[in-house]
Amino acid sequence: MIVIKDLHKKFGKVTVLDGLNLTFEDKGIHTILGPNGSGKTTLIKSILGMVIPNQGSIEFNGKQILGEWEYRNQISYLPQIAYFPQNLKVKELFQMINDLRPGSKNEAKLISLFQLEPYLDKKLGNLSGGTAQKVNIVITFMFDSPLIILDEPTVGLDPVALIRLKQLIIEEKEKGKTILITTHIMSLVEEISDNIIFILEGKIYFEGKIDSLKEQTKQSNLEKAIANILEETYA
Amino acid sequence: MIHKKIFIPLILFISFTQIFGQIVVKKSDKNSSIQEAINSAAPGDTLFVEQGVYYEFDISITKPLTLIGLNYPVIDGEEKGNIIQVASDSVTISGFKLINVGASYTKEYSAIHTFNVSNFTIENNIFENPYYAIHIEKSKRGIIRKNIIHGNAKVESSSGNGIHLWHSARVEIIDNKIEQMRDGIYLEFVKHSTVKGNESRKNIRYGLHFMFSNNNTYDNNVFENNGAGVAVMFSKNIFMRNNTFKLNWGTASYGLLLKEIYDANIIDNIFEKNTIGISAEGSNRVTYEGNNFISNGWAIRFLGACYGNKLHQNNFLNNAFDISYSGRLNGNLFDKNYWSEYTGYDLNHDGIGDIPYRPIKLFSYIVNRTPESIILLRSLFIDIINFSEKVSPVFTPDNLKDFHPLMKPVK
Amino acid sequence: MLKILKYGFFDLMRSRWSYIYFLFYLSLGFILLFLNQDVGKAVITLLNIILILTPLIGTLFGVMYYYNSREFTELLLAQPIKRSNIFLGQYLGIALSLSLSLVLGLGIPFLAYGIFQSSEIFNFFILILIGAMLTFIFVALAFNIALIFEDKIKGFGFAILTWLFFAVIYDGIFLILLLVFDDYPLDKFALFTTVFNPIDLSRILILLKLDISALLGYTGAVFQNFFGTNFGMFSSITVLSFWIVLPVTFIIYKSKRKDF
Repeated sequence: MIVIKDLHKKFGKVTVLDGLNLTFEDKGIHTILGPNGSGKTTLIKSILGMVIPNQGSIEFNGKQILGEWEYRNQISYLPQIAYFPQNLKVKELFQMINDLRPGSKNEAKLISLFQLEPYLDKKLGNLSGGTAQKVNIVITFMFDSPLIILDEPTVGLDPVALIRLKQLIIEEKEKGKTILITTHIMSLVEEISDNIIFILEGKIYFEGKIDSLKEQTKQSNLEKAIANILEETYA
Repeated sequence: MIHKKIFIPLILFISFTQIFGQIVVKKSDKNSSIQEAINSAAPGDTLFVEQGVYYEFDISITKPLTLIGLNYPVIDGEEKGNIIQVASDSVTISGFKLINVGASYTKEYSAIHTFNVSNFTIENNIFENPYYAIHIEKSKRGIIRKNIIHGNAKVESSSGNGIHLWHSARVEIIDNKIEQMRDGIYLEFVKHSTVKGNESRKNIRYGLHFMFSNNNTYDNNVFENNGAGVAVMFSKNIFMRNNTFKLNWGTASYGLLLKEIYDANIIDNIFEKNTIGISAEGSNRVTYEGNNFISNGWAIRFLGACYGNKLHQNNFLNNAFDISYSGRLNGNLFDKNYWSEYTGYDLNHDGIGDIPYRPIKLFSYIVNRTPESIILLRSLFIDIINFSEKVSPVFTPDNLKDFHPLMKPVK
Repeated sequence: MLKILKYGFFDLMRSRWSYIYFLFYLSLGFILLFLNQDVGKAVITLLNIILILTPLIGTLFGVMYYYNSREFTELLLAQPIKRSNIFLGQYLGIALSLSLSLVLGLGIPFLAYGIFQSSEIFNFFILILIGAMLTFIFVALAFNIALIFEDKIKGFGFAILTWLFFAVIYDGIFLILLLVFDDYPLDKFALFTTVFNPIDLSRILILLKLDISALLGYTGAVFQNFFGTNFGMFSSITVLSFWIVLPVTFIIYKSKRKDF
C-alpha cells in the first residue's frame, strides 16, 4: 500500500528523518513507536503530504504522492491535537467536513457512541480538551477509508471513551483496513498491534511483531523492551 | 427732416431707404455695401441693417452714427482685415453678427476697432472667430455691453483678445460673454473704468488681463476655466468685488495673479477649485475681506515682497494648502478668518478659537522647495511631519498666525 | 476552494472583530456625514482614513487569521483537498469579509445621505473600490508574512513593520530622496517610485478623482499626463491588480513548499 524509500527531512539544522525506508503492505494495525522527537509525526505528515521531504519518495498504491491530493480520499487522519475554527458549532463542523469531503457513513452512530449529542450546538472554542478529541475521533472515523492514521489518539480521553476507541479501532481492523497508530501507551500497543515499527533518530530501528521485539531484546515486557533499546542506544 | 429715397445702382444690388434720419439697409444680393450707406448718411443718422450676409471689411465710420442690426445681420470680413473702423465720436454699433476677422502676426485686426474717439457704444453684438473682437485704442467714455464673443483660439501666438483696451479711460465693460479667446478682457493703461457682470471662460491665457491700469473697479464677473486665470499687474487702487474665479486648473494656473499691485481691495470674491486661488507678488496694502477660498490647491501664495496686506473675515474651505510663503517674511495681518482645517476649541463660546491658527504647513514649505514632492500630498508621513512642525515650528514663520480664528464660516 | 472560502468567510463574519470593524466604518460614515453634511468633504476625510486603516486592518487580520486557523488548516491539509485551494480559499474568505465590512459599513451611511443624488458618487465608488483593493493587497502580504514566519510574535511584528513601511517609512525615504536630489528632474523618478507602493498609488488615484489633478500638474506635465488620463487611470488600476496577483501567486508558491 505504502512504499517509502530513503526519506530525508530536515527542519532547519535538525535532521528528523534520515534515510528512512518502510513498506506497508499488510492490512492490520501498525504501531509506530519511538522516543520524543524521533520523527513519528513527521513520518505520518510526510505520508499525508503535509510535510514535503527533502529527499526520497513515497508511493501510495503505486503512485508518487508529491503534489497529489486525490489519494487522501483513501486516508482518514486523526491529528495529534485538534483545534477547530472557534466560532463554529460542533454540528456545523460536521456539516462542513461532510461538505468538503463527501462520503461519510457512520457519523450519527459515532456521535452517539461518544455521547456528543449534548455538545452539538456548542461552539468548538468552548469544548474541553477531551470533548474536542472525541469530535476529532468522530471526524476521523466517519469516513470509510482503507488507510486510517491515528496520531496519539488517546490524548485527553476518559476511560469509557478510551475503551470505545479501542473497540472502534478493532472493528475497523476487522473490516480489513490498514491502521497506523502512534502512541506512548504500551498497554494499548500490546493489546491491539499486529506490527511494530520502531523509529530512532530518523531511521527504522525495528520492524516486526511484538514477540520478535521481545525476543530480540530478551525482555518479557514490551515497555522494558523499548526502554532497553533506548538505553542501549544512548549508552 | 429730409425725406429721401436712394436707389443703389444695379451693380451694387443693394437698396437703402432714408426716412427722417433713419436709413434702412436691405440686403438683396451678394455684393451689397454697408459702407455705401454710411457714406451717404448724414451725421447723427441711424442706419438699420436688415438680415443677411454682408461681405465687407474695413467699414469706416467717420461721422457720428448709430448702426443697428435687425435680427443679427452678418458681416463677413472674409479674413481680410478689420471689419468696422470707428474713427468718429458718438458711434453706436448694436445687433450685428461679425465673423471672420483676418488674422495677422503684425497687425491687431479686430471686428470693431476704435481709435481716438469718445462716447462710443458697442452692444448686443455677436462675434464669431474674431482675431480680436473689440479693440479700443486711445478712446474715452464708452460702453461695451452685452456682447457675445466666441473664438476658437488654440495657441497664444496666433490668437487675439476678446475685449482689448489700450490707453483708454472711463469705459464700462458690462455683461459681456467671452469664450475661447487668448485673453478674455485685456486692459493696458486704462483708467477709471468698470468691468462688471462679464463672463469670461475657456480663454487660453487669461480671463481678464490688465496692466498699468489704475483706479478701476471689477465686480460681479465670472472667470472660469481659463488657461491661467486672471492677471492684474502694475496697478494701483483696484477694487475687486463679488467676482467668481473658478476652475482655473493647470500647471501655472491661478484664479487671480497679483503682481505689483498697491492699495487694492479684494472683497467678497469666490475662488473655487483653482490650482492657486490668489498668487501675489510684490503686492502691498491689499485688503482681502469676505472672500471664499474653496477647494483650491493653494488658497493664497505669497511669492515675496508682499507687505502690509490685511486678511480678515475670509473663509478658507478645504484647500490643500491655505497659505504658502516663500521665505520667512511676514508683514501681513491675518485676523478673524475661518479656516476649515482649524482644530482648536472655543471654551468661552465667543465664536473665536482659543488657540491661534497657523495657516502655513511644513509641507507647503517643502513643496515650494521641491515641487515634485506634491505627489506626497495627504500621505500619512506628511501629516506626521506637519503635526510635528505645528507643535514646534522650525521652518515656517512662527509669527504667522491668525490669533482669532473663527469657529464658524463667515456668511 | 469555494467551499473553503465559504467557511472562512462565514467564520470571520461571525467573529466579533468583523462586527467591530463593520460598526467602526458604519459609525465613522454617519459621524462624518453628520458633522459636515457635505458629501464631498466627507469623501476627503474618508480618503485619509481608508488609506491608513484598510492596509493596517488587512495586515493584522490576515496575520491573525492565519495563525489562529493554523490547526484548522492542518485538518484541511489531511483531507483530499488541493493545497493551493485551501490557502486561496482562506485568503479570499478573509479579504472578502473585510471588504464587505468596508463596503457595507461605509455604503449604508452614504446611501442614507443620498450619495446617488450627489455628484460625488463616482469618487465614492472609486474610494470604496480602492479600499477593497488595498484590503486584498495587504491581506495577501499578511498571508505571505505568516507563511514565512512560524513564530506568531515575529509574524505580527513583521506585519506591523510592513504596514508602517508602506504607510509611513516609504514616503519618508522618498521625500528625503526628493529633497537631496532636487537639482535633477525628478518627476519620472517620482512617478516610478509611486508604483512600488500600493498605498501611494491608491492615494494619488483618489486625489486625481477628487479634482486636484492640476495640483499634481503643478510640478510639470509628467504627472498630469500620466495620472490625468484614462490611460494613467487604467494603468494604475492594473498595477494595483498586480499588487494583488503577485503576492497571491507567492502564497500559492510558498504554500506548496511549506511543511505543517
